[in-house]
Amino acid sequence: MEKLSLRELSEGLKARKFSSVELTQFFLDRLEKYNLSINAFISIDKDKSLAMASRSDSIIKEGKQDYLTGVPIAQKDIFCAEGWKTTCGSKMLDNFISPYDATVIRKFNEISAVNLGKTNMDEFAMGSSNETSYYGNVKNPWNIKNVPGGSSGGSAAAVAAMLAPAATATDTGGSIRQPASLCGLTGLKPTYGLVSRYGMIAFASSLDQAGPMCHSAEDCAAMLNVMSGHDSKDSTSIEREKENYLNGIKDPIKGLKIGIPKEFFSEGLDPDVEKIIEQGINEYKKLGAEIVDISLPNNHLSIPVYYVIAPAEASSNLSRYDGVRYGYRTKEYDDLMDMYCKTREEGFGDEVKRRIMIGTYVLSAGYYDAYYLKAQKIRRLISEDFSKAFKKCDVILGPSAPSVAFPIGDKKEDPLKMYMQDVYTISTNLAGLPGLSMPAGLINNLPVGMQLIGNYFSEAKLLNIANVFQMNTDWHRLSPKGFE
Amino acid sequence: MEWDIVIGIETHVQLKTKSKIFSGASASFGGEPNAHACLVSLAYPGVLPVLNEEAVNCAIRFGLAVDAKIAKKSIFARKNYFYPDLPKGYQISQFELPIVGEGSLSISMGDDNKIVRILRAHLEEDAGKSVHGVEEGKSGIDLNRAGTPLLEIVTEPDMSSAEEAVSYAKKLHELVQWIGICDGNMQEGNFRCDVNVSVKKKGDKQLGTRREIKNLNSFKFIKQAVDYEVNWQIERLEDGGAIKQSTILFDPDSGETREMRSKEEANDYRYFPDPDLLPLEISQEKINVIKAEMYELPNEMKARLIKEFDLSSYDADGITSNIAVANYFEDLLTFNVSAKLASNWILTNLFSRLNELSIDIENCPLKASKLAQLILRIEDKTISNNAAKKVFDEIWDQDKSVDDVIEKLGLKQISNVNEIENILNQVLQDNEAMVEEYKSGKDKAFNALIGQVMKASKGKANPGQVSQLLKEKLKN
Amino acid sequence: MKFNNDEIKKIAHLARININELEASQVSEKLEGILGLIEQMTKVNTDGIEPMAHALDINQPLRQDKVTEADIRKKSLDLSEETDQSLFIVPRVIE
Repeated sequence: MEKLSLRELSEGLKARKFSSVELTQFFLDRLEKYNLSINAFISIDKDKSLAMASRSDSIIKEGKQDYLTGVPIAQKDIFCAEGWKTTCGSKMLDNFISPYDATVIRKFNEISAVNLGKTNMDEFAMGSSNETSYYGNVKNPWNIKNVPGGSSGGSAAAVAAMLAPAATATDTGGSIRQPASLCGLTGLKPTYGLVSRYGMIAFASSLDQAGPMCHSAEDCAAMLNVMSGHDSKDSTSIEREKENYLNGIKDPIKGLKIGIPKEFFSEGLDPDVEKIIEQGINEYKKLGAEIVDISLPNNHLSIPVYYVIAPAEASSNLSRYDGVRYGYRTKEYDDLMDMYCKTREEGFGDEVKRRIMIGTYVLSAGYYDAYYLKAQKIRRLISEDFSKAFKKCDVILGPSAPSVAFPIGDKKEDPLKMYMQDVYTISTNLAGLPGLSMPAGLINNLPVGMQLIGNYFSEAKLLNIANVFQMNTDWHRLSPKGFE
Repeated sequence: MEWDIVIGIETHVQLKTKSKIFSGASASFGGEPNAHACLVSLAYPGVLPVLNEEAVNCAIRFGLAVDAKIAKKSIFARKNYFYPDLPKGYQISQFELPIVGEGSLSISMGDDNKIVRILRAHLEEDAGKSVHGVEEGKSGIDLNRAGTPLLEIVTEPDMSSAEEAVSYAKKLHELVQWIGICDGNMQEGNFRCDVNVSVKKKGDKQLGTRREIKNLNSFKFIKQAVDYEVNWQIERLEDGGAIKQSTILFDPDSGETREMRSKEEANDYRYFPDPDLLPLEISQEKINVIKAEMYELPNEMKARLIKEFDLSSYDADGITSNIAVANYFEDLLTFNVSAKLASNWILTNLFSRLNELSIDIENCPLKASKLAQLILRIEDKTISNNAAKKVFDEIWDQDKSVDDVIEKLGLKQISNVNEIENILNQVLQDNEAMVEEYKSGKDKAFNALIGQVMKASKGKANPGQVSQLLKEKLKN
Repeated sequence: MKFNNDEIKKIAHLARININELEASQVSEKLEGILGLIEQMTKVNTDGIEPMAHALDINQPLRQDKVTEADIRKKSLDLSEETDQSLFIVPRVIE
């Protein structure tokens, strides 16, 4: 049952092969058995999940079933879910029981999917290895000595270890695609504005975007059908007609123009990863795609630009955590200033504090133009590179991450090395474009992800291109050993 | 030494909307603490702002009223600082591209008009309130006000006395109520002024260092605070001291200003465009629609009153001094009373009674419809102006009809020529000496004779008719 | 870019984060590294380039002026560490 696709689970529920309660109990049992070893979840609430499942069962009985009704979905702990502890991986919110639902959560509730639990993540989504979580690092199911990637490492590990059929995740600079890559999953970061950010705890507002983390492109399409759509509570949410991402997902891709940016294959890329991506390219050629060389000349600037814009926005977004209205408050303090400074010193982890300080610095008087404004200008250059590239090709293909999953602790003390993990993913966030990572091979039994980047709102196309690959390959069907 | 006083004012005008600027929480004043603090007001993790259309419309109305340019594109920015009544740790405001650009407001100083230039006006959210005295050494935070919409109106440093500052503040206060964007309730903090004061040696080009007096919420305080501050600065400079740019508070009890302790450290607000809000684009069509829906502005109405009804400039000023007065006046006119009489009655009898009782015209017990009846009775000569004052007293706050009162008090004028002639003949007969005096050239005797007629008629004779008839009689 | 401990402390204070001497020197080392990375930007010519604050070029949507939110004090006061008489309590605020 743990290997069934979302479509198979949906059909099974409809045919009453199993009930939602049985299905949910099955995954809760797996959670109990395996979560300790990989630490993928922060909160599990069996009673709540089973109560939701039981409600789903009555809806299924009434014949009002939707595609994902009754299917248990793991929710990244960045999404506020009413009555659930919602921590964002931080001590700051360890006591925060959300009083409301994020729009994404509401959408899953509306079709009566089951919330299986809240997945672990880097604190406030700041990290690429899931080592910054207050709740301990998540382990990669493919090798528990290695990191699962981040920041959606809990969602990735949970789905990879088959503790959940699918999970939600978020991506600010690669936080869906890099862990998907490191855990052998298909993950999609949609166009900025496609999925509502309301109730998704903000890291860098102009870059954050939620998306699905699943085994296959088809599963991602089903998840995106639920998650996407305009939301009047989010000013940056786009008003456009809702698509069914499952439509046309099997369309042939003959004649598709795939752009290969030379900058994605330069130094820093593990040669073994490069080989696997080349195999992927060859597979697409066999499927009738045309390969064109393109250039993204400013891609190397995406990391510096990101490390100005993201911390700047974060430093402001995280000012609300002051111990006054909710969340952690230090135990002893002399006065208001002392309460603020100790609360924030104790409530935030090192990486978060580092980024708050960088952000505070680049926005401060005298530095704004040199850092923040400059970064915004280069952001436009990076974005324009993509517009030019999409005149030559339909989709861009490259690696998702420079390497396979690395050992826990390997880069923890060196932020600069860690930041390079996102060198192929960040530019799409800066431009607001959709990006997808899917498994394309293994190196020493560790998955390698291949990335597809599309033009604005081309999610359906990306999912189609990925699905056709998956119809002809088996990389997405592989699972780590030890979780059967 | 002689000194120039330089004053600029930043006014926070609370906009009259039902809901807050970025959320659907109630923007009404008061209520139990935090009862109007919704998810967004409380800055819960993950919540997002969505802009209230009415706040934007209010800003546009203001821009049009001060003849300012409405920005086609304006930007919301975050002003970052920590304060317990600021839940997000930043205030959403406008910094580089405000919604309203340069405009102007004309104020009257005695017989002179003076133009105060408006530099800009921008939309922003209000903060909550710190409540003291709940517990020893602690403060309570009430976020009901957090997120209510404000329009911050900034002038150039164009005022040069406390009187001008007050005059500007009053004029602005009237205007924002006139165009319906603010309740103007100063006790509730709907209209608060930050007054920037500096002094310089008379004739110096270079401006002096300014100190900003925060949060003045009455015209009286503006006057007192500016007067005190000007003296303080001059004294300090004359003693060889220097002025440090700072933010100060005015204490109404002592009548003094003092530096704010919380603002001692240099503020670095780290403004940047709010990534949760997109550029606000306003089309010319939208501006046109709002313009078309707007009521005549005070200066436009004043000009019309002078032109159309031949009111004096002084009277027209009085009628357009605030929207409620103007509305009362317009209400009177709907009953076809003469504009001049209507204006006279409002500015004299009505105003002095309202003043005596310290009530606003909005709460005037005498409705315009009833005052109109009274004025009509003057116009149709049923009663004299003097008699009308007696009726006014009777109908002021009582449910009596104008005609009943006139009847009951027997105030009806005698306008019947025969009746007046009878009285007149009697008076001429009884006062032959006076008649002789008049005929020998003493004009004063004429008035004395009229007085006698009025006395004989118990004040009911129509004085105009009396005078006319008397003239005719004396000619013979 | 080099930071001394005082500069680090100033930034930390602006961000309302306590930091001790030892932490300050560790942090400064890491911040210098990150700023070194950021310095790459300075070489880029950005004359005449419009800053890009948002990923998409769209206008701010407007909300109708309606009260849609109810009193949530039952929940909101419970979530705070210290409340009294419906107020959130903090150490004395000095104006």
